[in-house]
Amino acid sequence: MNATETNTNEGVVVIQDLTKSFDTTEVLKGITLSLKKGENLVVLGKSGTGKSVLIKCIVRLLKSDSGSIKVLGNEVTELNNTDMNEVRRKIGFLFQGGALYDSMTVRENLEFPLKRMYKNLTKAEVDAKVKEALENVGLPDSIDKMPSELSGGMKKRISLARTIIVDPEIMLYDEPTTGLDPVSSHEISLLINEVQQKYKTSSIIITHDIECAKTVANRIIMLQEGKVYKEGVLSDFENTDDELVNSYFKSQNITNTKTI
Amino acid sequence: MKKTIPIPENEMEPMQKMRPKEISVKKKNKLEVFLADVGNATGFVLKVFKNIFGKDFEFNQFLKQCFAIGNQSLGLISVTGIIIGLVLTIQSRPVLVNFGAVSMLPGMVAISIIREMGPVITALICAGKIGSSMGAEIGSMRVTEQIDAMEVSSTNPIKFLIVPRVLAATFMLPLLTLYADALGILGSWIGANIKGDVSFVLFISQAFSGVEFSDLFPAVVKTFFFGAVIGFVGCYKGFNAGRGTESVGIAANSAVVMASLLVIIVDLIAVQITDLL
Ligand SMILES: Nc1ncnc2c1ncn2[C@@H]1O[C@H](COP(=O)(O)OP(=O)(O)OP(=O)(O)O)[C@@H](O)[C@H]1O
Ligand SMILES: [Mg+2]
Repeated sequence: MNATETNTNEGVVVIQDLTKSFDTTEVLKGITLSLKKGENLVVLGKSGTGKSVLIKCIVRLLKSDSGSIKVLGNEVTELNNTDMNEVRRKIGFLFQGGALYDSMTVRENLEFPLKRMYKNLTKAEVDAKVKEALENVGLPDSIDKMPSELSGGMKKRISLARTIIVDPEIMLYDEPTTGLDPVSSHEISLLINEVQQKYKTSSIIITHDIECAKTVANRIIMLQEGKVYKEGVLSDFENTDDELVNSYFKSQNITNTKTI
Repeated sequence: MKKTIPIPENEMEPMQKMRPKEISVKKKNKLEVFLADVGNATGFVLKVFKNIFGKDFEFNQFLKQCFAIGNQSLGLISVTGIIIGLVLTIQSRPVLVNFGAVSMLPGMVAISIIREMGPVITALICAGKIGSSMGAEIGSMRVTEQIDAMEVSSTNPIKFLIVPRVLAATFMLPLLTLYADALGILGSWIGANIKGDVSFVLFISQAFSGVEFSDLFPAVVKTFFFGAVIGFVGCYKGFNAGRGTESVGIAANSAVVMASLLVIIVDLIAVQITDLL
């Protein structure tokens, strides 16, 4: 299809001067960033700086006010709905709250995007995919459970499984490790790396979890008050005098010393 | 968290001052809010209609919703239907006895059940039961981003969630009404037997001798509209639920209120139209 033709020399997601307001609150005030092919881009920022709004604009769950968003060469602000759906097929979106369909079992949850995006899969293919995705997140036994029977961490993993099941080219993770214990968070971080290597995905990972950022990041962008505050690789963020940056990267150590 | 503290004019950045949106934002009065809501609702209805026709009808979802609607309301409607028939009979009897017209009792009760009581009572019960459950279910899907998740899975939530519910309500309401009518007449027979002795067959033949097609037809037609109204309102309120869990309760509650009110208004209109014919 013409609309989704890939043109990725400049990046798989390229955002320029993106703005977005709700009523009187200006949330994004001109964001410019690009996600390169195959990279893990971590987005850091305080609660309420508009990180979730940013990635929702990428899949057009929210309409941006101005600026340009190019996904795989397509200007999503101008696509019609059919072409937008074509683009969405290539994007995996992990919602901050999981967003599991609570009237469906885990199996049905995983089958949902699969059957909707690939209409001509056989039952055996679907079953194999579901099984593989659940094994990837380490929860093969929960296949017939309802979401209400799962713990918070298990829900996170199942929704991750539901997102990666369609082999997206681009992954958008909204706080994949928030609310998990350190061991599970680390496992999820490793899983994000595994997805990157196994499926050659390019990912934007929103997180507050510095350990996760350290594990997965190829590059980091920090948002502050609706703008890009700092951009660079991990070492740029670790070795700096900037107080705001340090408050993220050094706070881990501070809490450690306090608890001793 | 939303900032609620207004920024004084002189502290605004010049860029901000120039933005037309900011300037036009003032406290909206009730009429404006109401008109905006009517506009949104109309847009919603049009969108649903656009998605009813066209390919990929979610037939399984439709059947599931029909079953859910029947399952949720059958018990309540049974009890209410019988009691309404019973009460109508017990209350009309003394009056008819005074006029020496007890033989007209079955026909009279049957007409009032079929024309008015059956449809309206069923619709009001469904507005409470189905309207609220649609509002709550769709509302919680909105709040927990399940509707967004559908959308990014290339699934049109209007087509998948809303159309089947609206159609199911539209088709189930007439069926439930006929069922309520039947139980109402049964209740009426029970009522007639408290102070008299009428055989069921005689009672039924007396009841239907007075009922004409022109009683039944408009009554059935209006129940389709009742069903559509309940489905649309329940789904609209849920689909447009705000953010945060409290919105789910608000959606369910306002769905019931709005649906009940609209059922009564549609009934009034239907009666006027039937009267003209
Ligand atoms: N649909 C919406 N309608 C109105 N306001 C919204 C909407 N979505 C987000 N906002 C507002 O936009 C701002 C940014 O929200 P967002 O969810 O993007 O924050 P965030 O950076 O993801 O924070 P967190 O780390 O807590 O998830 C908040 O002030 C929020 O109230
Ligand atoms: Mg967020």
